[in-house]
Amino acid sequence: MSKPTLQRRPLVKKILEGADDNLLVLAGLGSANWDITNAGDRPLNMPLWGAMGATVAMGLGLALAQPTKRVLVITGDGDMLMGMGSLATVATQQPDNLAICVLDNEKFGETGNQATHTSPRNNGPTESGAGTDFSLIARGCGIADSGIVRDQSEVAQLVKDLRTKAGPVFRVVKVMVEKLDFVMPPQDGAHLKDRFRQALLGRP
Amino acid sequence: MSDWRDDIFTVLQDHDIKQVYHVPDAGHSRLIEACQTSNSIRTLALTTEEEGVALAAGAWLGGQRSVLLMQSSGVGNTINLMGLTKTLRFPFLTLITMRGDYGEFNSWQYPMGQGTPKVLEAMGVLLYSVDKAEEVKATVDAATRSAFNGGQAVAVLLRQKLIGIKNFGKK
Repeated sequence: MSKPTLQRRPLVKKILEGADDNLLVLAGLGSANWDITNAGDRPLNMPLWGAMGATVAMGLGLALAQPTKRVLVITGDGDMLMGMGSLATVATQQPDNLAICVLDNEKFGETGNQATHTSPRNNGPTESGAGTDFSLIARGCGIADSGIVRDQSEVAQLVKDLRTKAGPVFRVVKVMVEKLDFVMPPQDGAHLKDRFRQALLGRP
Repeated sequence: MSDWRDDIFTVLQDHDIKQVYHVPDAGHSRLIEACQTSNSIRTLALTTEEEGVALAAGAWLGGQRSVLLMQSSGVGNTINLMGLTKTLRFPFLTLITMRGDYGEFNSWQYPMGQGTPKVLEAMGVLLYSVDKAEEVKATVDAATRSAFNGGQAVAVLLRQKLIGIKNFGKK
């Protein structure tokens, strides 16, 4: 497979363009958190600074509680690996308002870009993974609308699917390994939760 | 007197619990079935107990109350994510059927069963414990108030003395 060419920052900016009160965004720890914050911090963003493996399940709880809102989970391959079972739990509920986007750079970015299991096999002593394909895993779990995106020409459709298509929608996007600035949202979890609830429910 | 498992269902309904998370559990099975057939409660089967903590956080973000039903043998799976109840400071309620407790026959259940109160306390979870059927309703009601009115992470330990000793047909 050729090397990924998509850049995560402009991609996430595109995905979140024109986000209004109907879009609730959860981002997994690390790069995905910085990515959504780079696109513009907002109360209806819930960027995680920890809780690795929890992002998809948290998105499911939110999607079930708010069936009229669109819930978008944006996370990375490391976080997804740690919570793969939650895809089966999502499939048992088939929430039509939930979309999951895994930005897969095949690396554990926050700890020094070690290869994840989604890296190719036989890729040298330190860069080898298993070629793990989340799009197949999600489909195997029972999320029928699952796919993988590699090319700029597919981005417009990706954005449409993530924002509006009846869910559950699951997309893996292969993205480049890049050295990017940290763009950090507030860190206090209680504050992030309270501002989210205030914006959504009118009470903290 | 009504069955204590039905009492729990009544308390959950009275407190407007909307999402119930569980893994298969003999001790909770009657309660789980009551939730599954309820029109006002959504019941989710988990692949591992820790999903329940994340789901509860998401439900609370969206304005809904939830409860995690699990066995003591699953508590260890949740410990890391229990920290989320402190960082986000959200109300959390779990009802735990104890194994490795009063007269347990299966030696494999003892380590996590005996460790359950200690690890939950270490993570700052408030513990309630009940071993008499007639005290279940009041205890779960109080725990639910501590969680959703008091904003705490709360666990109710339903002791093995209450549930009955599982013996797989042995005397």
